[in-house]
Amino acid sequence: MIDFFNLAVQYLPELFLTALKYTLPLTAISFFFGLIFASLTALVRVAKLPQNEWAAALLQIVKWIANAYVWFFRSTPLIVQLFIVFYGLPNAHIALFQSAWVSAITVFSLNTGAYASETIRASISSVPEVQKQAAESLGMTRAQVYLYVVLPQAARISIPPLSNSLIGLLKDTSLASVITIVEIFYLSQQIAAANYKVLSMYILVAMVYAFFTSILSIGQHYLEKYTSRFAQ
Amino acid sequence: MIQVKNLSKHYPDKVALEDINLTFPADHTTAIVGPSGSGKSTLLRSLNLLDRPDTGTLQIDQLILDLAKPLTNGQILQIRQKTAMVFQEKALFTHLTVLKNLTEGPIKVQKKSKEEAESSAKELLKQFNMTELANRYPYQLSGGQQQRVAILRALAMSPKYLLLDEPTSALDPELEAQVLRVLKELAKKEVSMVIVTHNMSFAEQVADQVVFIDDGHVGYAGPTDGFFHSNEKRIKQFLGAMSF
Repeated sequence: MIDFFNLAVQYLPELFLTALKYTLPLTAISFFFGLIFASLTALVRVAKLPQNEWAAALLQIVKWIANAYVWFFRSTPLIVQLFIVFYGLPNAHIALFQSAWVSAITVFSLNTGAYASETIRASISSVPEVQKQAAESLGMTRAQVYLYVVLPQAARISIPPLSNSLIGLLKDTSLASVITIVEIFYLSQQIAAANYKVLSMYILVAMVYAFFTSILSIGQHYLEKYTSRFAQ
Repeated sequence: MIQVKNLSKHYPDKVALEDINLTFPADHTTAIVGPSGSGKSTLLRSLNLLDRPDTGTLQIDQLILDLAKPLTNGQILQIRQKTAMVFQEKALFTHLTVLKNLTEGPIKVQKKSKEEAESSAKELLKQFNMTELANRYPYQLSGGQQQRVAILRALAMSPKYLLLDEPTSALDPELEAQVLRVLKELAKKEVSMVIVTHNMSFAEQVADQVVFIDDGHVGYAGPTDGFFHSNEKRIKQFLGAMSF
């Protein structure tokens, strides 16, 4: 026990520092872009086809692309996606993402975006149709109906599932270790390989993950409380 | 005046409305009555284009639209600025307080300033003795209060015509009475109203004219008295079925 305590004092600062330098930025940047992909995908998937034939055909194609995107990222493992982008594409001379960072952020944000788009789509659909009609009957345009009536309500509904996605993403950044990013899990492996304190090092890194995900859970709690003021 | 001519709407498996010709005069109250599923709600919703008829013309004051042609957003907006709709239930914006429900349209659509919209909303609330509800959210209101707020939200847009789609059908009788009292007051002020209702005694007391829709057709359109004392077999049958 004293041994563990000493290891904690010795390595926790380094683990926290690495989390601040790698794990948290990877999570935050990927989640930011993930939400953008998710919102765009969700809006495309709920959009009704317009009357104009050409516009309808174009939207239909975009819908197919959106569906294919969600399908691909939900039906393949994250680690395989990382390998395809970081090792596979350069190997085929498609050197779009030579940087491990860019590869990681690309894959994490597209992956999170695919899951979150389903969340956002469901939240949008859960806003009662009659409220949309009421907004339209006030003279709002389709865009105004979404901006002022649908999205504020959908946002509240989507907070718990999106928080899940964010917490999942933070933990998944440990997979960045497989594409050479020395984030906290990789770091703990390196230290354990040197000092043979395998169990202690993995418990320490688990504690660091739990620390940050707990902060996110607390944040979720307050956000839910704030946004639930208009519902029972 | 709202006027529809040769208005028809067909669903793949059913005719909702067939060759409807009607006039809804300004400053009058028209009650649309008829059996469930007869097309009366579709007719009302066609008047502000929430439902789009296949053919026919819709005229509101000077604006005449050919409904068989695609409509521009501008035309739809013009129609909606002259009309305001009150729905059966649960149409208030649940994320906004009563006051904000009343100011959302004036601010976002009519581009009024927040101060101006709020002061007229407060004036409306005061006029209908609902000032104390201003800062509540819809879930904190009774069904009757919700419907009265929905009526005020429509009035806050200063529409020329108020359209109401069975505004009391989801309410208990005593709550219904609260709402009907408000409507009766409005009718006295010569607000132009078109109301779809199941409440025959309300229609008889308040409406200046009655439109009876039966199976997608106009079964009667004329003075209220004439409808309730009609010798027409189908009308007698309908009125008989509505009482007990």
